[in-house]
Amino acid sequence: MSTFLGMPAGSSPRASTAPRGVGHLRGDQPFPAAARLALADSQLRRNLAKATTTIRAKRARVVAELPDWEELREAGQAIKARTLAGLDGYLEQLEREVTARGGTVHWARDATEANQIVTELVASSGAKEVVKVKSIVTDEIGLNDALADAGIQAVETDLAELIVQLGHDRPSHILVPAIHKNRAEIRDIFLREMGDVDAGLTDVPAALAEAARLHLRRKFLSAKVGISGVNFAVAQTGTLCVVESEGNGRMCLTLPSTLISVMGIEKVIPTWADLGVFLQLLPRSSTGERMNPYTSMWTGVTPGDGPQQIHLVLLDNGRTAALADPAGRPALSCIRCSACLNVCPVYERVGGHAYGSVYPGPIGAILSPMLTGVEDNASLPYASSLCGACYDVCPVKIDIPSILVHMRARHVETARAQSWVPSSEAVTMAAASWVMSSAARFAAAQRTGRVGRLLARHGVIDRLPPPLRGWSRARDAPVPPRETFRQWWRRERGAAEPGRTDDGA
Amino acid sequence: MRIALFVTCLADTLYPQAGKATVRLLERLGHEVVFPAAQTCCGQMHVNTGYQRAALPLIRHYVETFSGFDAIVVPSGSCTASIRHQHAMVARRLGDDKLAERGDQVGARTFELSQLLVDVLGVTDVGAYFPHRVVYHPTCHSLRLLRVGDRPLALLRNVAGIDLVPLPDAEACCGFGGTFAVKNADVSTAMLADKMRNVLATGAEVCTAGDSSCLMHIGGGLSRLKAGTRTMHLAEILAATRDDP
Repeated sequence: MSTFLGMPAGSSPRASTAPRGVGHLRGDQPFPAAARLALADSQLRRNLAKATTTIRAKRARVVAELPDWEELREAGQAIKARTLAGLDGYLEQLEREVTARGGTVHWARDATEANQIVTELVASSGAKEVVKVKSIVTDEIGLNDALADAGIQAVETDLAELIVQLGHDRPSHILVPAIHKNRAEIRDIFLREMGDVDAGLTDVPAALAEAARLHLRRKFLSAKVGISGVNFAVAQTGTLCVVESEGNGRMCLTLPSTLISVMGIEKVIPTWADLGVFLQLLPRSSTGERMNPYTSMWTGVTPGDGPQQIHLVLLDNGRTAALADPAGRPALSCIRCSACLNVCPVYERVGGHAYGSVYPGPIGAILSPMLTGVEDNASLPYASSLCGACYDVCPVKIDIPSILVHMRARHVETARAQSWVPSSEAVTMAAASWVMSSAARFAAAQRTGRVGRLLARHGVIDRLPPPLRGWSRARDAPVPPRETFRQWWRRERGAAEPGRTDDGA
Repeated sequence: MRIALFVTCLADTLYPQAGKATVRLLERLGHEVVFPAAQTCCGQMHVNTGYQRAALPLIRHYVETFSGFDAIVVPSGSCTASIRHQHAMVARRLGDDKLAERGDQVGARTFELSQLLVDVLGVTDVGAYFPHRVVYHPTCHSLRLLRVGDRPLALLRNVAGIDLVPLPDAEACCGFGGTFAVKNADVSTAMLADKMRNVLATGAEVCTAGDSSCLMHIGGGLSRLKAGTRTMHLAEILAATRDDP
């Protein structure tokens, strides 16, 4: 049996190859089709533009306050690179430290295994209801559905997650899962679904928050089991850390007698001191706050204080496979701040659902296909104009545009290896490469291309043939000029410059 | 100074006026411009669409065509960025370390027009005259890959007669993105709609940028709307003078 860089070999009886990610990582339709539907929703467009513009400005303001922001980013990037280079060792260290302090560590190869582990743990406690801290990883594995199948109700306690859950909806943003809803829509959901809510509820934010507080307080006081994700896990001490804004997390982490935390294996960091870097980077990047209101940390079991049963589920679900790709590997450095979503011009217009995965936006466009295999999310690496705004704000300096380009190449190479017949695009690209690698052939193609002038009507080209039809639905195309630049140069200046071979024009 | 012009396949074929203006401008400033006729395309479209193997011959062709020059000017931020940041990366990924090394060397001598003018030739006032209301769109790759900063604006501010007005939300992408505008035409159109709204809000007659590709996109939208605002390459404005508008 081979040893992986990521999850240590032998941790699961089936671990003979790196597992593929399963769960909520794939959409029902390709990105362009899903995006078309989202673009037509004017309320969604307005909600997203307002929310992302606000968060963007807040982030820019608090980041500008720090003279050492660039150094912090570099430190964050370096710590994550070091972690990923020795991930298996750090994970085993984490397991030892958590176990030594009274916790129990479980290894889950994929979403299915993780759901089984958590469901069995809850079932053995006898609880029929669990309270949950906002966690994307449990959305990734579809834990709520798995628990429901076993007759256990999961109650989301983060305000936005509660809105999504009550609305029978799916999160559309990493940090602000209900970013696609405005307060009037939220009021309607509460009135319809909450049951114990005052019928005179207004859409004033404080009133909505108060309704959620009253609803949730009853749940917190009765829950026997809490379920959370993990923002950071310190290998050195076995400490787990959750960062949040509302205090609901603190309730879930301290009141129930059993606490089950699920974490992607890339969330481990080597030392306690490393945490200091990320606790500066994360809140400023995500909510645009200097510090988040609640930072909870727990190290094993403390007798007589807090949960007496502590479980940690370490999830692979495609991460080891992602780690094996050196060019894509930095995507695993992501600390889920969502700054890249908030600055992305594509995300701002289509929202998170169009990406089909719980990880939307620029980071999702690289991370989702890395976790599932690019052939299962083939449209996502193309869901970007490569404008680069995401790279500029990433707190751990993930070069998302370069990884998008890399994932596109992986997709093209995978498709070619899997099919005897090249796609029409591949044929076009090969032909263009052949033409463009010789100036003589290029000049001949330019002369031929001038028949494009025939497409012009009244001096513009307003209709192009497929596959360029999409362009001409909203944009005119330029009419090829009578004379190319190289023809002009030759006419004006004669032969090529001395000392070079002129193989054409 | 002897400067080689890489005109780009797009300007060569569809926007020769951008290339001609680059020649006119640099010659007016007293420099010698040469046009290596073997040149074709930098390969960016191939790389950004996932066809790195098909891009490799184009990268090799660029490196061979331009390796003998001390300074190469490109009237495109995007093509310059591809040459500087992608050529060596692709060559290295496909195992041609020697080409990667040469690509890095030629890339370091390849400059986008405003970089060449300000950083290499040391001019911000090129003696241009252009009596029109103009708005400048900073293209994404010039802004975030090349970090040209306010060099193009510094050049434009020194143009006599110009009424240079700020573009709201200037740093937002216009939605072009190469094959993105075809593969994700609807999202691209939504981005273009906002860019056009901001351009038109300024009342400018001319929208300029350092990339013919982004201008093709913005200009294609403005033309479809019969908006009455035209697009011009930065080089065309800088090349215009009182005597030769």
